[in-house]
Amino acid sequence: MTHLPLEAYLLLSATLFTIGVVGVLTRRNAIVILMAIEIMLNAVNLSLVGFSSYLGNPEGQLLVFFVMAVAAAEAAVGLAIVIALFRNRQTVYVDEVNIMRW
Amino acid sequence: MPLTRRDRVVSTEVVFFFLFGAAAIGSALAVITRRNPLASALWMIAYFLMLAGLYLTLQASLIAVMQVLIYAGAIMVLVIFVVMLLNLGNPEQLRERFNPRVVLASALGALLVLQFLVLFVSRPTGYSTPSPRAAEIGSPGTLGRVLFTDYLFPFEAVSLLLLAAVVGAVVLAKRKLEP
Repeated sequence: MTHLPLEAYLLLSATLFTIGVVGVLTRRNAIVILMAIEIMLNAVNLSLVGFSSYLGNPEGQLLVFFVMAVAAAEAAVGLAIVIALFRNRQTVYVDEVNIMRW
Repeated sequence: MPLTRRDRVVSTEVVFFFLFGAAAIGSALAVITRRNPLASALWMIAYFLMLAGLYLTLQASLIAVMQVLIYAGAIMVLVIFVVMLLNLGNPEQLRERFNPRVVLASALGALLVLQFLVLFVSRPTGYSTPSPRAAEIGSPGTLGRVLFTDYLFPFEAVSLLLLAAVVGAVVLAKRKLEP
């Protein structure tokens, strides 16, 4: 085998994305949930780069740049929220925080 | 002679795809299963590096460099800094109660991957080889030219987004001012 079809990258990307979803659904630690979101963003980046290389179109890789910038912004704001949460509630476990519940 | 060299490079990509792909899945699983958030963060760095390797098998060299610089460098340093700042290493706090959601989520996740597998096998996309221009497309020259011509406005908009994120992070993480 000298070449892999595009499906190999898409399937790997789908697997990694699903692992990220399972992480968000099962973990209680807010920081780990943020990391699982990063897993999902990276899985999508992988399929974007895969499409870009196989279709010969540079716009997929440009979209990856924008995803990276958004991920950096999301990590900064998300971690700031975690710090504010810890300062007010002394916990980062999402099931112990229910101030938004009516 | 260049032909044989090219053939060898292509088959190396297949080997490295499986190597990096298996390592990426393994480290992603480790991220969501480790109890200690610091261990999760360190596995996350491994995951980002494996994805950089996968980008290299797709000949996206600039993206691979950016992956290491931004994700494995900048973002994970921030995450590890926050984990250590909040001092979450208390072992009794780390103990997670068994939750039936874990079984349900894993089963549904496996089902989803199986569906993707059936979909991709039954309806192939028809793209069996990378574009011959793949290495040229992944080079900084090509990407920079497109970024600063067709995508100039989104590029500037992203700088505004980052500014807003920086201001928002400072406001959120700041201690409340006494009235």
